[in-house]
Amino acid sequence: MNIYVLLKRTFDTEEKITLVNGKINEDGVEFIINPYDEYAVEEAIQVRDAQGGEVTVVTVANEFAEKQLRTALAMGADKAVLINIEEDVAYGDPFTTAKIISEYLKDKDADLIIAGNVAIDGGSGQVGPRVAELLNIPYITTITQLKIDGINVSVTRDVEGDAEIIETSLPLLVTAQQGLNEPRYPSLPGIMKARKKPFEELELDDLDIEEADVAAKTKTIEIFLPSKKEAGKVLSGDMSEQVKELVQLLRAEAKVI
Amino acid sequence: MARKVLVLGEVRDGFLRNVSFEAIGAAILAADGGEVVGVIVGESIQSFGDELIQYGADRVVTVEDAKLGQYTSDGYAQAILAVIDAEKPEGIIFGHTALGKDLAPRIAGKLNSGLISDVTSIEEAGGNLVFTRPIYSGKAFEKKIVTDGVIFATIRPNNIEPLRKDESRTGAVSSLRVEIKDLRAIIKDVIRKATDGVDLSEAKVVIAGGRGVKSEEGFKPLKELAQVLGGAVGASRGACDANYCEYSLQIGQTGKVVTPDLYIACGISGAIQHLAGMSNSKVIVAINKDPEANIFKIADYGIVGDLFEVVPLLIEECKKLKINA
Repeated sequence: MNIYVLLKRTFDTEEKITLVNGKINEDGVEFIINPYDEYAVEEAIQVRDAQGGEVTVVTVANEFAEKQLRTALAMGADKAVLINIEEDVAYGDPFTTAKIISEYLKDKDADLIIAGNVAIDGGSGQVGPRVAELLNIPYITTITQLKIDGINVSVTRDVEGDAEIIETSLPLLVTAQQGLNEPRYPSLPGIMKARKKPFEELELDDLDIEEADVAAKTKTIEIFLPSKKEAGKVLSGDMSEQVKELVQLLRAEAKVI
Repeated sequence: MARKVLVLGEVRDGFLRNVSFEAIGAAILAADGGEVVGVIVGESIQSFGDELIQYGADRVVTVEDAKLGQYTSDGYAQAILAVIDAEKPEGIIFGHTALGKDLAPRIAGKLNSGLISDVTSIEEAGGNLVFTRPIYSGKAFEKKIVTDGVIFATIRPNNIEPLRKDESRTGAVSSLRVEIKDLRAIIKDVIRKATDGVDLSEAKVVIAGGRGVKSEEGFKPLKELAQVLGGAVGASRGACDANYCEYSLQIGQTGKVVTPDLYIACGISGAIQHLAGMSNSKVIVAINKDPEANIFKIADYGIVGDLFEVVPLLIEECKKLKINA
């Protein structure tokens, strides 16, 4: 089975966001594999171990994403591909990323492509379905279970808390939801092995992509931080009086109940 | 600049979702005087057309087919692409719901267009339609414009005001015949788990529990309070990791981002990752034993106390309120 994982390097979830000159400040920030992509890497490894084959992790990023790709290799992925767009793309959007990934994947005969359902930074959740559309294969988003039998696939999908059981077939793209699995930590031997695993770095030229073909369709014109919330009123007194006061405040002052 | 804008009316469990009315509100802003056309896709949905018009759509196009009874991206994409082809809109608005998130990127992919997801407000500025959306799960926001092709956006529930329903409004409801073929993924079964039909991301009131809830059993009073207030129950990552509840209830940077009118945090300390998912709620109430808990820093109202004492009292008070009303 030829399995590809789409991975993104993101800020650690515990990082605070600050701005420098109107841009997100990346100085001193801890980066991780996007948490939903971690589920994707884990699932890919489990499918390969059960079915045989090979797992390739792919990212579209700058050179710094090598670290996250190496982590995925240390978890057990077989190969990594870094499509480095730093020189070519000044400003990209989900259209850009999906177009580049699909150009890379179009002649790879992928049986299964797994991505996270959303990245916790940009939060658009577009790249997975866009790639599937561009490759003309079916996709299922926010999955919590994946069963493969030959080319037949049974998937459980989280839909706003309800579970849909869906039957489809390979080739297929799925996006991972929390609960799909418990991602493993890289082992020490895994980390040693990762250093020697195939690691390919590509640029747009290598994929015969013109910058104009992947030019963003949207543009960010401003980034701002939400206005800081002032700490409010902490009530005091007898507990039943506090609760009465709270309900009164919610009704008369805040007007929300 | 007047634009023709298409809006998806999403029917779930026999009702048009509230976010679809909000989407019409958004479409009217985006249309800037142009025509707002509703689209409804499904099986026997003709009757919903009038309701979209009463909420502000100028007219409605429906696509009905037995194969559209349940949502599949293959079926819906064929139907909606056919409507887009017939109507040639300059703008498209969906709700940022499970369906919208699944379908919109595919349609944008097919149209070779941009897509601005999870929009919380829309304004016309400097000749551009400017969309504001959260990034880093609400730790920051960005303003975006579309630079090429159709203007396509999904809007987050509970953020854009719908118009008041006007039952005297009328408009044409027409149907488009589309031959739906080749569904590559078939839904075999749906297991209902969501609480009493109030969807967490659309709920006006959210009662959330953290580690302080201590057990699965401990969520009971929270569920009761949610029921009394017509809200939904959510949870912190701590509560989900401890198996007190399902991951689908998780609110935070991993999990759902919610912006209800009222958020009541029970036994939640307020880790950064959780705050990212709820700090843009309109009114926040914190109930926690620890007066130093982070959650009090962003709460509008706080009660320092044991949630198992406070929540039952709160249920009683809210019930009284209902009786008096």
